[in-house]
Amino acid sequence: MRNILVICRKELGSYFASPIAYILLTLFGVIFGYFFWVVLGSFLNYSMEAQMSGSSYPMNLNEQIIRPLLSNVAVIGLFFIPLITMRLFAEEKRSGTIELLATSPIRDIEIVIGKWLAAVVLYAGLLLFTAINFTFLFRYGHPDWKPLAIAYLGLLLQAGGLLAVGTFISTLTKNQIIAGAVTFAVCLLLWIVGWVDYETAAWAHVLSYFSVVNHFESFARGVLDSKDAIFYVTVIFTGLFFTARSMESLRWRS
Amino acid sequence: MINVKDLTKRYARTTAVDHINFDVAKGQIVGFLGPNGAGKTTTMRMLTCFLSPSSGTATVAGFDVLEQPLEVKRRIGYLPETPPLYPEMETAEYLRFVGQLKGLSGAELEKRVDYSCERCAITDVKKKLLGKLSKGYRQRVGLAQAIIHNPDVLILDEPTAGLDPKQINETRDLIKGLAGSHTIILSTHILPEVEQTCEQVIIINKGKVVATDSVRNLQARARGAESVVLEVAGRNGKLEPSAVQTKLQGLGGVSRVLCKQQVDSGAVFEVESEKGSLVRGDLARAVVESGWDLNELRPAAMSLEEIFLQLTKSEMPAEKAQAQGAQP
Repeated sequence: MRNILVICRKELGSYFASPIAYILLTLFGVIFGYFFWVVLGSFLNYSMEAQMSGSSYPMNLNEQIIRPLLSNVAVIGLFFIPLITMRLFAEEKRSGTIELLATSPIRDIEIVIGKWLAAVVLYAGLLLFTAINFTFLFRYGHPDWKPLAIAYLGLLLQAGGLLAVGTFISTLTKNQIIAGAVTFAVCLLLWIVGWVDYETAAWAHVLSYFSVVNHFESFARGVLDSKDAIFYVTVIFTGLFFTARSMESLRWRS
Repeated sequence: MINVKDLTKRYARTTAVDHINFDVAKGQIVGFLGPNGAGKTTTMRMLTCFLSPSSGTATVAGFDVLEQPLEVKRRIGYLPETPPLYPEMETAEYLRFVGQLKGLSGAELEKRVDYSCERCAITDVKKKLLGKLSKGYRQRVGLAQAIIHNPDVLILDEPTAGLDPKQINETRDLIKGLAGSHTIILSTHILPEVEQTCEQVIIINKGKVVATDSVRNLQARARGAESVVLEVAGRNGKLEPSAVQTKLQGLGGVSRVLCKQQVDSGAVFEVESEKGSLVRGDLARAVVESGWDLNELRPAAMSLEEIFLQLTKSEMPAEKAQAQGAQP
């Protein structure tokens, strides 16, 4: 456990000592801020119209602002995850520092979990930006915080799975660009496999089951569905397991 | 301390290390010598558990590298060919991180960081970014990193590569200073380095151990006979080298006389004698009695370089040697 924290702290230090973390935070803040502004604008328009036409259709901050926004975050996240994970192992392999880690008295799995944890913490930092925007909703309205918390949990779980996949891909190459590009392609695929529309075919169901974004829908609604939570946790474990295996295989190759 | 038996590393098409055997006793400095690509780095990587051997065993302080890698790693300090530095970290921060990786914490960690910095003369760059350090400093930080947890065994892969002569000397002295409390294996392809720092040499070529011995024995072994170098000068500023050659050749026990080079007023000769028959006194007398000046008389130790070339050359495949011989 101690070793995991040592690795994790060092990785976070590297993220914040280089411009990576700041660039990611800024970009994410700008993009999410834009989405927030757009969604909030249409919500205001809608409520104004509703007031004028006298319709009593219920307005709901959770349903009309938070849910669509966080569903967007689930997709925006796909674009940020490769940028977070691509350097994790590829950089160490290129610069040779992997030799230091691999010859230190710590287990491979501790290195893997430490690095993955640092990536998750950085992603959580990105999510913090969304929280800043949402505080305005709490200041001027009364959204329910429980579905919001569940949605955040879902986002973290989803990102945890994809980050594990990205960490694994980063162990396969010395080249950060390759690691990033492949991770991006995999993230994208894991999103769009959910678009299949062949209702009757069994394989279509299998494909859409692998869509990381579809599994987020229940979380976005504020429902903690064990089926979806288990899917994400499985992805995390599988990803980390393969990362550890891949690190071990380095000892057999050159 | 280190026990290597039939250690082999095979890659898909090549065998990088081929059934090598050697032992290193506690407190020794051992030089690992070989041309580039001989398998030095691969062997060291297997000892540090970075690579797994294809077959054979290696034990460090009694622990097998395959069975108990954590115990082995705890006892090894390793400086890879390129020092494993994170350019975005500061020196002290980096050493603290490595110390934690090796299991140090608290006051002990701070003490070891200070000690390593002092030992490797990097105290003045403690607050500098590693990416901004010069090559010499980077190498020394690498060394500091290797000794931070006071390991029993130090494995240094070409510790002086890329340094300037002054830094090379400093690094050598540093390594020698560490020898008392640590067992050290260092690899190099620079021969004087081994002569100057190591007690024991392991020469390795094409993945095989070609020779294992102490530096002195190796020098003696490479040449069956003893030889001395003479510098002889003529009284009147003129000297007939062939006359000297014939004169010396006539002495008992001398098997061969070579005129190595002409100098201002004389010449340098190398005299080989049969083993065991000391002829130095006879040589001196013969020269002086013939009316020449004896400017220098010293035993010609064969440099490791020559031994090395001899040993690695004999490994050359026969057909290749023939092909070279056939060329006009």
